[in-house]
Amino acid sequence: MRTSSLGLFRPGDSPVHRMPAGWKLLILLVLGVASVLTQHWWGVSAALLVATIGSYRAAGFGVGVLWAQVRPLWFLLGFTAVVQVITVGWQRAVGVSGSIVVLVAVAALVTLTTPTSALVDTVVRLARPLAPLHVDPERLGLFLMVGVRCVPLVADLARQVREAQIARRATTSTRAFVVPLVVRSLREADALGEALVARGVDD
Amino acid sequence: MRIELERVTHTFGEGSTARTVLRDLTLTLTERRIGVIGHNGSGKSTFLRLLNALVLPTSGRVRVDGLDTARDAKELRRRIGFLFTDPDAQIIMPTVAEDVAFGLRRSGLSRSEVDRRVRDLLVRFRLDGHADHPAHLLSGGQKQLLALASVLITEPLALVMDEPTTLLDLRNAAMIGRVVANLDETVLLATHHLELLEGFERVLVFHEGRVVADAAPEVAIAAYRDLMGREP
Repeated sequence: MRTSSLGLFRPGDSPVHRMPAGWKLLILLVLGVASVLTQHWWGVSAALLVATIGSYRAAGFGVGVLWAQVRPLWFLLGFTAVVQVITVGWQRAVGVSGSIVVLVAVAALVTLTTPTSALVDTVVRLARPLAPLHVDPERLGLFLMVGVRCVPLVADLARQVREAQIARRATTSTRAFVVPLVVRSLREADALGEALVARGVDD
Repeated sequence: MRIELERVTHTFGEGSTARTVLRDLTLTLTERRIGVIGHNGSGKSTFLRLLNALVLPTSGRVRVDGLDTARDAKELRRRIGFLFTDPDAQIIMPTVAEDVAFGLRRSGLSRSEVDRRVRDLLVRFRLDGHADHPAHLLSGGQKQLLALASVLITEPLALVMDEPTTLLDLRNAAMIGRVVANLDETVLLATHHLELLEGFERVLVFHEGRVVADAAPEVAIAAYRDLMGREP
């Protein structure tokens, strides 16, 4: 069975791998805020795209790895770009699409170069001041862990459902894709919840 | 370890959709190797889940070393580890070493001690060459070994295993069987691979929510085969 390795940590000793998880998350946050502004400036988006490719190279990854992270977005990007070109012009289309690609690629680079446990530890540490507000930092870390875990899980489920669809010649039916995917996702979520409880997470 | 079930009944659902999966079960288990067999839907999995408080009885009481599953679930789960049929459902962290270490997140142990324990277990199960690999890219047998290592890292006194070899080929099933045979912990194993029960002290045969045979492996397995032969 093929399994998706989308965004999964790949060990390495590059400067990007060695950068503390907190710094990586901060850069991601700054880019997220900046993306709202850069959508208007296609040149900045293009420059950031080049910088992102450079970051992947610095982490020891080829363009193929970068492409694998953003490839699942092609439908969304294509649709957005076409609408933007028609309604507000190509500069804005490049700006919006570029921002999305940069954000997804950089977020993937963070998870590709940082062990999940290091990311979780950082989030738990950052969330500690929120404890008096009844925010449980460990639980927040758990949300992150489960979120990261679910990306390849749901991607695999989608692939399996798609294969079943093709095998049963129901390739054009949206319902034949969405219903089993939702049902199987819920079942997997149930099993994951049970596993977490069995491992004492909910204590 | 002493496991006691006192008139335990468990029903899923309510009203017209209610389905009773365990009926008035009374048992005392003290052996170190206990097998659980029965056809699909006979109540094996629910019985095992009762022991780890993943399921609470609708009526009756389950006690493990005097701890009541309805009251002492937290302490109980420290003592009893649970291995699921599908290791994919049990693996939580993306990489092999991280998943094994996950059980010690709140243990208060130092990072170096956690790393040492993880390394020892990975070496024991020959997974040390995969420490930084994505857990979901392992083979089926390796995934089940990883799931077992992730349970054993917390040093439980007993292991409850719900058909851990059902999704594996014969070679991997035999490999898991050898690993189970060498465990120091008390083991309760539900399985359809009956050869794994060789050397077990006691085997329970479940049928329609009841234990219909409770004996040494040869006798219990013979009773199970006889029962299946009579089923339409």
